[in-house]
Formats: sequence, structure tokens, C-alpha cells
Amino acid sequence: MQYEALNQWHFVAAAYAVGLGGVAVLLAHSWLAMRRAERRRADSREGGARGK
Amino acid sequence: MHAFANPARFLRLARWMTPLFLVCGLMLAGGAMAWGVFVAPADRLQGETVRILYLHVPTAWLGMGGWTALALASLSELVWRHPLAGVAARAIALPGAAFAAICLATGSIWGRPAWGTWWVWDGRLTSMLVLFFLYLAYLALADAAQRDGAGASRIPAIFGLVGAVNIPIIHYSVLWWHSIHQPPSISIGKSAMAPEFLVPLLVSTAGFSFLFGAVVLMRMRGLLADQQAETRLRRKAMAA
Repeated sequence: MQYEALNQWHFVAAAYAVGLGGVAVLLAHSWLAMRRAERRRADSREGGARGK
Repeated sequence: MHAFANPARFLRLARWMTPLFLVCGLMLAGGAMAWGVFVAPADRLQGETVRILYLHVPTAWLGMGGWTALALASLSELVWRHPLAGVAARAIALPGAAFAAICLATGSIWGRPAWGTWWVWDGRLTSMLVLFFLYLAYLALADAAQRDGAGASRIPAIFGLVGAVNIPIIHYSVLWWHSIHQPPSISIGKSAMAPEFLVPLLVSTAGFSFLFGAVVLMRMRGLLADQQAETRLRRKAMAA
């Protein structure tokens, strides 16, 4: 009879790598997108002030 | 609720709430993960794989809770024309999709040692996959609506409301249909779970809820900043 020997810790490590990695990417992406948008708003304000 | 309808007032609040939510979320979720992996006991039947619970269950709840919040924001946009409701709905969609995807991935990884299969087309798993696709469709619709102008913003809001039909289907799927997925262990006011498992699960849920909230706040701030920059540039172009 053939059977697979599964190391349960491998599955736990894989789940945590996927989950925590995903949350880290989401946080970093949202932070960078917010900073980029706020910089763009500040630039548009400065551009407006220079125009006056 | 209309007290926060003013974007300037909301931005003043969001500026200090974002780092607060981030710090609380990182501390609570990080602590709960360490607790779940290194301190909490293994389960009598599932062994060490039960530790996936502290990640899988909060992401499932937040994936479903995210769409519920998106539907409420859509209702608020359609009925009361709350100026921030559409922005909030758009901001919720991406973290909602990410949490639904993490729930599906961690569930699949957990399913292999627990059920002997990565995937099965049963009611709970399929309705959760449908939720993930609904989030992707909402994101595509919201992007298209933004390109087409303000009038088109009602279409994603209507889609957000209609998509909420899937939430009770996910919740009751394990009761309505014969499912490989276990029935709910926790309901309001009672739990079939031992405190050794329940306490880190609740701490983890609180932590991930703060992180979800921090992402929504960051995305709302970004969307509002983009709108304000766009308005200024358009005004300048018209004046030139």
C-alpha cells in the first residue's frame, strides 16, 4: 500500500507565508498609492500657487 | 453620519486614525499569530494544521464583512447621496478582494491535509470564490465608471447592493447543502470552541480588522487626494 507522509508544519508555514505576505503587499501598495496621490495633490496646489 | 460627509473633516480624522489602526493591527495580529503558532495547543483531530485557523477565519469574516460594508456604503450613496460613501465603497473593494483571496488560498492549503484535497466544488468554497469574482467585477466597474464620469457611479453602487445576496448564501451554505466544510463553530453569544483556540482567534480577528480599516483609510485618503488634484488641474486648464 502506498501513502503520502505529510508534514503538517509545511502546510502551516505555507498558509502563513501566503497570508502574511498578501497582507504585507496590500499594506505596502495602499501606503505607496496614498503617498503618491497626496504628493500629486500637493504638486497641483504648488503649481496653482506659482501660476498666481 | 452626515457630520463626516465633509471630506476635509474626514481627512483630519483619517490622518491620525490611519497610524493608530496600523499600529493596533500590527500588534494584535502579530501577537495573535505568534500565540497561535507557538503557544496555542494542537488539535486532537487536526493536529498542527489547526493553527491555520488564526489566519483563515479572520480573513473569511473580513472578506464577507467587507462586502457587507461595501453594500451599506452603496446604499448610502444611492439613497442619501452621502459624498464619501462612493469613495468608501471603492476603498473597501481591494482589501475585500485580497482578504477573500487569502481566505481561499489558506483554506485550500488547509484542505489538503484535512480533507485530502486542495479544492472541492461544494457550496461554501464555491460561494466564497464567487465573492472573490464579485470583488474583481466591482473593481473593474468602479474603474470604468470613474473614466466615464460622475453619472456612471450609480452602476457600481447598484452592483454592490445586488452582490450582497451572496453573503447569506456563503453563511448558510454549510447548513443548506451537504458540505465537506465544517458548520459554524461560533455564532453570536455562543461558541463550540475551547477558550485555548477561541481567545487567540478573537485577538487575531481584532488585529486583522484594524489592518483592514487602515487599508480602507489609506485608500480613501488616496482616492480623495486624486480627486482634489484632478479638480485643481481641470480648473487650471480651463483658466489657461
